[in-house]
Amino acid sequence: MSDLNLKHIARLARLHFKEDELKVFEAQVAGILKLVDELKEVNVDGVEPTSHPLDIKNVFREDEVKPSLPIEEFLKQSPRSRGRFFEVPKVIEDK
Amino acid sequence: MSAQVIVTIGLETHVQLKSRTKIFCSCAAEFGSTPNSNVCPVCLGLPGSLPVLNRKVFSLGLRAVLALGGTPSEVIKFDRKNYFYPDLPKGYQISQFDHPLGRGGFVEIDTPTGVKQVVLNRLHLEEDAGKLIHDNSPTESHVDLNRAGTPLAEIVTEPCLDSSEEAYEYLTNLKAILKTAGVSDCDMEKGHLRCDANVSIRKNAADPLGKRVEIKNLNSFKAVKAAIEYEVKRQAEALEKGEVMVQETRLWDDTRQKTFTMRSKEDAHDYRYFPEPDLVPFHLEVSEIEEARKSLPTLPRARKENLMAKYNLSEYDARLICADQEIENFFEDCVKIYNDVKTIAIWIKGSVFAYRAENSDEFKKFGLSRLKPQLLVQLIGLVDAGTLSLQVAKEKVFPEIVRGFSPAQVVKEKGLTQVSDTGALEGWIVEVIAANPKVVEDFKSGKESAVMFLVGQVMKKSQGKANPGMLGELIKKKLKEI
Repeated sequence: MSDLNLKHIARLARLHFKEDELKVFEAQVAGILKLVDELKEVNVDGVEPTSHPLDIKNVFREDEVKPSLPIEEFLKQSPRSRGRFFEVPKVIEDK
Repeated sequence: MSAQVIVTIGLETHVQLKSRTKIFCSCAAEFGSTPNSNVCPVCLGLPGSLPVLNRKVFSLGLRAVLALGGTPSEVIKFDRKNYFYPDLPKGYQISQFDHPLGRGGFVEIDTPTGVKQVVLNRLHLEEDAGKLIHDNSPTESHVDLNRAGTPLAEIVTEPCLDSSEEAYEYLTNLKAILKTAGVSDCDMEKGHLRCDANVSIRKNAADPLGKRVEIKNLNSFKAVKAAIEYEVKRQAEALEKGEVMVQETRLWDDTRQKTFTMRSKEDAHDYRYFPEPDLVPFHLEVSEIEEARKSLPTLPRARKENLMAKYNLSEYDARLICADQEIENFFEDCVKIYNDVKTIAIWIKGSVFAYRAENSDEFKKFGLSRLKPQLLVQLIGLVDAGTLSLQVAKEKVFPEIVRGFSPAQVVKEKGLTQVSDTGALEGWIVEVIAANPKVVEDFKSGKESAVMFLVGQVMKKSQGKANPGMLGELIKKKLKEI
C-alpha cells in the first residue's frame, strides 16, 4: 500500500483534507485497496473484461429535439448564479 | 538562427458532428442560442440522470471512420475521463478510451516531394464541454452550458507530420473529406473544427523523439501553422542553449502570436479513465458497416482525379474546384454548355472565388444559386464576340450576374458595350497622347513599352470600354504621325 498517495488523489478531486482527516481516510482507502488486492488474485485468464453489468448492447435514442428545461429551475439549486449564468470564482489561465 | 532540427507533429482534431440534438440527451445542439437555454438534467450532470447515445451521432461517427479509411472497432464502449473544471458539469467527460469507434485510416496530402499518407491513430466520440465567460466580471467567471454535450469526433494522427505546412495541408484535406461525407458542416467560425497540436523536435534522425509539447486553443488552420512555427523556433533555441525540455501544455495566444505555459497542469494527464457504467457497449454488424460504406459519396481526392482525367485540368485547378461541391457542380454545368474548359476554370478561380471571398455573408446565404451557369457562359460569349472587353466583363458585369441579372441586359442598361469604332478610339488616343508628352518622347527614343502605358491610359479614360486589341496599332500609328 506504499504507493497510495491520498494527497495527490484529493488534489485531483479538488478536495481539501486536514492532516488528521487524511490519516482517517488513508486507513479507510487502504482497507478498500486491500480488498481489491484480494480480488486481483483470482485467475481471469481468457475472461473478457466486463464493461457493463447488464448483458445488453446498442441502446440508442433518436435524434429528435425535445424541449429543454427552464434554466431558472436549475439556477435555484446552484450555490451562485447571475442572470442566466452559473457563477464561479475566476478560472482563467495565467499568461 | 538556430540549427536545423527534425520536427515531429501529431494533431488531435475535434470535429462537431452534424446532429440536431446533443450526444447523450435531447437538447438542441445549436450555436448562438440564449445562454443556458439548451440544457436538461443530463447535460447539466444532475444526480440520477442517465445519458443515452444519439443514433445519428453514432452513424455520423461511423461515416467519418469509413470516409477516412479507418476500421470500425468490433467492441465500442465509452469511458469517463475525470477532471475538474467549471465548464464540465459532471466532473468527468464521457469519452472513449480503449475501445474507440474506429482505428487507423489516413489522409492523403500533397507535399513538395509527392503524395504523403498522414496515418491516423484513432477516431473516438465524446461530448463537448460548456463555455466559460471571463470578461463579465474581474473576479467571477460565468458558465454557459449550451455547448456541454455537443457531439464531437476526435481524430488523432500518428506523430507523422514533418512541418507546419504539412499540418495545414492535412487539416485542409481532412475538412474537405468530412464536409463531403456529410459528417460535419466544418464551420470554423462556429468552432466546428478545433485542433490541438503536439510538437517535438530533435537534432538527428537517430535520436529518440523529443519531449512533447501540446499546444491548445488553436481555432483556425492559420493559427495551427503559426503556433507550430513559433513552437519549433522556441524549442530549437532552447535546445541550442542546452536547456532541458519539459513535457507541458501550452496555450496559443493568437493576438500576440506566442505560446504560453498553462499554469497548474502538472496533474492534467492523470485522468483516471474508467468504463462509463451509464452506457452499455455497442457493436456494429458487418452489414451495417458495408451499408454505410456504400452510402459514402465520392471523396475529394477521387473527385479531383476525376476532374483531371475528364477535363484535362491541371492538378492545381482541379483541387481548387473540387474543394467545394457547389463550385464543382457549377463548373460541370458550365462546361456542358461551353466547350473551353480552361476559360471556365479561369473565371471560377478569378471572379467566382473573389466574389466568395469578398461577400462571404451573401455567399453563405445564396451560394451560387443565383449565378446560373447560363449567365456566366453568356457573359463569356459577349467577351468572345467582342461586345465586351474582358476588363468590363469582370469589373462591371460579373458583380451583377452573380446576383442573377442577365449580362446582355446589364450591358445595355449601363452602356458598357466595347468600343471598336476607330473614330471614337482615336479621340481618346489623341487626348492621352497630349496629356503624356514625356511618354511620347520615350517612344520616339525607341522605348516600345511606352505604347503599353498609353493603352492602359486609354482603357482608363474609356472606363474599360475601349477594345484593347485595337489600341496598340492605332496608338503606334498616331505616335508616328507626330
